[in-house]
Amino acid sequence: MHGSSPRMTAKNGAKPAYIFRMRPQDILLPVAAGLCCKPGGFHIDPVRPVERAVITHGHSDHARAGHGAVLATQETLDMMRLRYGDGFAGSTQAIRYGEEIRLGDVTVKFHPAGHVLGSAQIAVSCQDLCIVASGDYKDAGDPTCAPFELVPCDVFITEATFGLPVFRHGNAADEVKKLLASVALFPERAHLVGAYSLGKAQRVIALLREAGYDAPIYLHGAMEKITRYYESRGSALGDLRAVRGMKKAELAGTITLAPPTATSDIWTRRFPDPVTAFASGWMRVRARARQRGVELPLVISDHADWDGLTATIGATGAGEVWVTHGQEDALVHWCRSRGLAARPLDLVGYGDEEETEVVIEGEESGA
Amino acid sequence: MNRFAELLDRLAYEPGRNNKLKLLTAYLRDTEDPDRGYALAALTGALSFKHAKPGLIRDLIMERTDPVLFGLSYDYVGDLSETVALMWPKHSVNHDESFRGYPPPQPSPTRGEGAQRNSAQPSRTNHAAAASALSAPSPLVGEGQGGGYRRLNSQHESRPRNLHNNPPPPTLTEVVTRLRTLGKTELPAQLARWLDELDETGRWALLKLVTGAMRIGISARLAKTAAAALGDKDPHEIELMWPGLAPPYLDLFGWLEGRAEKPINREPAPFRPVMLAHAIEDADFAGLDPADFIAEWKWDGIRVQAVSGRDERGNLQVRLYSRSGEDITKSFPDLLPSLHLPGAIDGELLVLRDGRVQTFNVLQQRLNRKVVSPKLLKDYPIHLRAYDLLGDDENDLRELPFEERRAHLESFIKKLADPRIDLSPTVPFTNWAALTAARADPAGAGAGWDAEAVEGVMLKRRDAPYLPGRPKGQWWKWKRDPHIIDAVLMYAQRGHGKRSSYYSDYTFGVWTNGDDGDELVPVGKAYFGFTDEELLQIDRFVRRNTTEKFGPVRHVVHEPDQGLVLEVAFEGLARSTRHKSGVAMRFPRINRLRWDKPPREADRLETLARMLKAETQVPSRV
Repeated sequence: MHGSSPRMTAKNGAKPAYIFRMRPQDILLPVAAGLCCKPGGFHIDPVRPVERAVITHGHSDHARAGHGAVLATQETLDMMRLRYGDGFAGSTQAIRYGEEIRLGDVTVKFHPAGHVLGSAQIAVSCQDLCIVASGDYKDAGDPTCAPFELVPCDVFITEATFGLPVFRHGNAADEVKKLLASVALFPERAHLVGAYSLGKAQRVIALLREAGYDAPIYLHGAMEKITRYYESRGSALGDLRAVRGMKKAELAGTITLAPPTATSDIWTRRFPDPVTAFASGWMRVRARARQRGVELPLVISDHADWDGLTATIGATGAGEVWVTHGQEDALVHWCRSRGLAARPLDLVGYGDEEETEVVIEGEESGA
Repeated sequence: MNRFAELLDRLAYEPGRNNKLKLLTAYLRDTEDPDRGYALAALTGALSFKHAKPGLIRDLIMERTDPVLFGLSYDYVGDLSETVALMWPKHSVNHDESFRGYPPPQPSPTRGEGAQRNSAQPSRTNHAAAASALSAPSPLVGEGQGGGYRRLNSQHESRPRNLHNNPPPPTLTEVVTRLRTLGKTELPAQLARWLDELDETGRWALLKLVTGAMRIGISARLAKTAAAALGDKDPHEIELMWPGLAPPYLDLFGWLEGRAEKPINREPAPFRPVMLAHAIEDADFAGLDPADFIAEWKWDGIRVQAVSGRDERGNLQVRLYSRSGEDITKSFPDLLPSLHLPGAIDGELLVLRDGRVQTFNVLQQRLNRKVVSPKLLKDYPIHLRAYDLLGDDENDLRELPFEERRAHLESFIKKLADPRIDLSPTVPFTNWAALTAARADPAGAGAGWDAEAVEGVMLKRRDAPYLPGRPKGQWWKWKRDPHIIDAVLMYAQRGHGKRSSYYSDYTFGVWTNGDDGDELVPVGKAYFGFTDEELLQIDRFVRRNTTEKFGPVRHVVHEPDQGLVLEVAFEGLARSTRHKSGVAMRFPRINRLRWDKPPREADRLETLARMLKAETQVPSRV
């Protein structure tokens, strides 16, 4: 990487400024540890321990423990603390949506990403160039987090988890209706909804409440803590109970939320003839649902679908698009066919959290 | 159509029979005529129209999408109908709505104001213009409503089609009736219109329906059982009247809901519900008198009912039904001319070559064929071996005792005088010891060359009328002892539905000479035969002795001194090129868990090879 601003400090490995006009890759560059901002002296969502990390949201592939200093929203910091304990970073600094902070030669501003509670897009500006690292985002409504905010920019860094035109997620409320219809049809069975424990589970609960379902909703032990945290941040989720200790017969006709991996394990034997549901954007594709042994696929996603990705890219006005984690090929192709400069970032270490969430044995047996 | 699509969608994922029934019955109860009738027809395979070719569907989507995006999508999804259903562009896009209140700015890499800029310019941009160009097919705009001016807030979302004066989605009735009359050239445009109007699931179901690829794992019998549940009727009653009914079955639903008289079956060759036997246990013999029974061989073929009857014009109509009442006439055209006298025979379908009954493995070549080629007819000549006569011309014989029916059968077969149809011989015996000996050696007890196709003996009470279902104490089946081997558990996989938390599907192997000495080679898979308690024990063993995991499959320890030996019972062996071991088992199940046996003492592949030889050889005695 060449050139930088004259005010770069020695700590950041300053070089004299020969080049007056910044190029996007002079501001943000993919490296092994993640997306590196050299003029600002930080990494965004680093996958390895770094000195200074700026973090978009609390999912474990983006928010890892062991960094020197962490800048993130209060919610993201709280979630990291819940997951990793108090010593998860050397120091932390909370930032609000809309707040701007100067880091080295760049300014950093956080905007809601609509993905989960506390999730943010990070706008990095240097001179007159603005890059938005959107992290994971969705443009669909979600009662449990601040709505996605469109940030006009020059370079937009987008995820591509659902970067194929077959992924169109539809209305989440309709999927919840499907779940409730099934509960009505099978009152003697328990409904077990696999949902990622950070974000998806709380959104499903909130959608159930919006649909008028006011019976108690049961929780797998692994999602109690984070769900209570959501409640403490103002999500009204109604009567929630631990499924632990319930008798089998009492669970007939009820809805329980559990991490996806738990829905096909020994743990499920406590339920009467359970209907296995799974709330995920992947459920759009039948083979994926069948592979997991899901009986009631619910297409509810915390990521933008194809239409959301393409609409957002267009609306940011960015002339250049960097595509990361997911189906990069199709989205890069789409951008180019629209005359936008686009390239895959080839960052490693980010995945679909639903595919990777592992229930810790202790939590499983205790749940 | 969308409602029917939802049902298909749900059925496709539901593994449990009773739950499928519940879904079906709920649909039939809540859906109005004539839609539910056409749904019942679709589910029972009673709809007929010319199916659309996949090429036509592909052309439709290619006109509307970017070929690169289609290619990537098809690769990912793996199913043409599903890919098309998911990526079919929506038509009703509100072009005037901007992105969450933000006016789309001009794409530009040279803007100066960065994130602070927020100019209010409500005019359309390139981007919006591109979106509005969607109605004009172009390779660049096919990936859906690429502009995506929609939704953005689920609470306030309403379905675009209701806002935009679009036609409502077609009903199943419209689709079915239109498909029947549609000319070939009109089909693509009509399909495209429907695809525009339906949602994702609706499009998927429509494409499955029109391409004739509706595989949803339910039988016609199950659909009829669900219909019967509407009126608390016995599904047999529906089966009986079914051949006389036609979609959309208004008379059937009328009767089921108590609004109309029972429909009369005018089918000249109707199916009669089949009588089945109980498996006999050793303890049962004590209470039975040999003199009350007639014994005959249990042939290892396909149980069928062959019926011929005269229609109103006096022409003979011939039908062949499976034991569940499914019409399988079309698969066996070579048998039909032989059924030239009106009557209803209960018998077994077999393949006979040079007068000798072939094994079930051979017969299998004739099953589930859509096209029956002349070569197939020649190489696998079909034969009917008669057990019983249920009707002789107009006379229903089912009330008669078996012994009398047997006499009718003998004279009926004599009158038919056709080489393709013969009588299943009785097995003479005076006491249970004699029958035990006959069962142990069918070749010596009259089955002769055909002994290999005997899978046991049947015991029928002389005085038993022909009763539907499995009445107690009338008919007994006494199957030949299965083959048994000791095999080693190698891999375990989770089951489905109720068993989804259990490792209940087992791959087992036997020893063979490998490159580095003895090694286990998989010879089969079994997922039943064990008790609930044994399932728990194996499940526990699998979890504690997993050496590797491949997705849903667990690699279970199988060393000479470490592992679990399973006693596997099976009915027969066939050569198989699909299996590494070269053999395939028929009907394998777990007979016993041999916790006492170290894996090194399990059976070897050579043992199976010897059995295979014996299977394909003729018996030594006549």
